[in-house]
Amino acid sequence: MLRHRLDIPLDNDGSVRFLPWLIALMVYLAALALAGTLVLNTTLARYDRTLSGTLTVQLPAASADGRDDGGLAATLGALRRVPGVTSADPLGRDATARLVEPWLGTSFAPEELALPQLIDVRVDPERPPDLAALAATLAAAAPAAVLDDNREWLDRLATPMRAVEVVTLAIVAFIGMVAALTVVFTTRAGLSVHHTVIEVLHLIGARDGYIAAQFQGHALRLGLAGGVFGLLLAVATLFGIAQAAARTALLGGRVQLLPALGLAPWHWAVLALLPLAAGIIAMITARVTVLRALARMP
Amino acid sequence: MIRFENVGLRYGAGPEVLHDITVELPPGSFHFLTGSSGAGKTSFLKLIYLAERPTRGLVSLFGRDIATTPRQDLPALRRKIGVVFQDFRLIDHLSAFDNVAVPLRVAGLAEAQIREHVGELLRWVGLAEKLEARPATLSGGQQQRLAIARAVIGRPTLLVADEPTGNVDDEMALRLMRLFEEMNKLGTTLVIATHNEHLAKRFGHARLHLDRGELTIESNRERQVL
Repeated sequence: MLRHRLDIPLDNDGSVRFLPWLIALMVYLAALALAGTLVLNTTLARYDRTLSGTLTVQLPAASADGRDDGGLAATLGALRRVPGVTSADPLGRDATARLVEPWLGTSFAPEELALPQLIDVRVDPERPPDLAALAATLAAAAPAAVLDDNREWLDRLATPMRAVEVVTLAIVAFIGMVAALTVVFTTRAGLSVHHTVIEVLHLIGARDGYIAAQFQGHALRLGLAGGVFGLLLAVATLFGIAQAAARTALLGGRVQLLPALGLAPWHWAVLALLPLAAGIIAMITARVTVLRALARMP
Repeated sequence: MIRFENVGLRYGAGPEVLHDITVELPPGSFHFLTGSSGAGKTSFLKLIYLAERPTRGLVSLFGRDIATTPRQDLPALRRKIGVVFQDFRLIDHLSAFDNVAVPLRVAGLAEAQIREHVGELLRWVGLAEKLEARPATLSGGQQQRLAIARAVIGRPTLLVADEPTGNVDDEMALRLMRLFEEMNKLGTTLVIATHNEHLAKRFGHARLHLDRGELTIESNRERQVL
C-alpha cells in the first residue's frame, strides 16, 4: 500500500501538489472544531456532575436582632429527615458575601445587607429524593423557602451547548466530505494525465486493484502528510488560545473571560487520529474513483 | 487459439474499419499481417490483444468467447498475450529495467526472479549497458528492442507485434525475427504486423492480408534461404 516505486508517475503530477496543503487546511479546521466540541462536552459534563448532587434552599434574611431566624432551624430539621438527603448545611454570612463579591466588591459589611440565607443540600446521586415531596416538606417547614435544584439553568445552558456541539460535528463531517471531493477531482485529473500509462498497465494484464493500489497509496501518503501538518498547526493554535484565555483571568483567577482549554489526554488522542482519518478518507476515495473509471475500460 | 467469426469493428459512430472477418489461427502458428497504412492492421491487432471489443461477430481467445468472459477474468487472459505496440508505449519515468519488469511485477513475481530474468533478456537484446536509462534517452531502435523485451519477458502464449522491426537496422531486425522464431518453436503463437515485404517473404510464414478492412489469408510459402 505504501510502496515507494510507482509504475504511474503520480509523484511528478502537478495536479496533486496542492492536495496536501488542502488536506492540511481541512484537518486544521476540523481539529479546531473538534477541540471546541470536546471542550464544550467536558464543560457540560462537569457542570452536570457537580450540580446534579446538590440543591440550594434560599430563605429570607434573618432579623438583625436574632429573634427571627427566617425559618432556618425548622428548614434544616425538615431537610435532614428527608430520605436521600445526605447533608444540609447553612452557608455562613461570609461565604454568602463572597458569592456576591464579584458584583458588589469587598467594600461592604455583610451584616449591613439583608442577604438571604442559603442552605447547601447534598443528595445521594444514586437515590436522590423526590423533589416534589421535598418541596412540600419545605413549604410546610418554611413557607418562604425557595428550592433551587439547579436543573433549570443547567438545562438552559445545555440546550445551546448541545446545539453548538451538533453544529461543530456537522462542520467536521462537512470538512470530511469536501476533502473526499477534493481527492475525487485530483484523482480524476491524475487518471486523465496518466491515461497512456494506465492503458499500458491495463493491456499488460494489470488488475484494476493493482492500478488502484498505486493511486490509493499515493493518496494515503499525501493525506497523512497534509493531515500531520494541519494537526501541528491546530495544536499550536490551541496552545495559543489557552495562553490567551489564561491572560483574561480576573479577580485573582476566580473569573476568566475566555473559558479554559481543558483538553484531557483522550481528547488529544482523538485529535491525533485526524491525520489518520484524512489519510484513510483520501485512500478510500482514490480507490473508489479509480475502480469506477477502470470499470469503463474494455 | 484465436478465432474470429464475422467480426466487424467501428469506432463510435464512424465507418466500419473491419468487415466480416472470419479467421482461425491455431496454437503455435506464426502469421505475418500485412496491408497498407489505414488497412486496419492495428485495429485487427487491438481486437486480438483485447484493447477493443468487436462491434459485431465473435472473437474467441484461448477457447473463450470474449463477449461472455467476465471482466475480472480478462487480466489473466491479457497476461498470456505479449504486445509490441507500434508506438512502443514505454513508461517514460521508469528505467529500461523497470519498464521490462512491469509485466512480471503485475503478475506478482518475486523481485529476485525479476532481477534475474530482466537482466538476462536486456543483455540478449543488447541493452545490458542501459539498465538504468530512461526511454527518452534511448535511440528509436533501442526503444523498440526495449518494447519487444517487455512483450516477451512474461513468456506469453500469444505474441502480437505491430511493426516490431520498423526502427531497427537489418541485422537487429533479423536477430529479433530469430527471437520470435525461437519463441514460436517453444509454442508461442505469433501475429506480426509489418510493412516489410522483404522480411515477410524471407521468413515465409503464413500471411494475413488486410485491404480496406477486409482480410484475406495466404497460405505458407517456402521459406527463403536465410
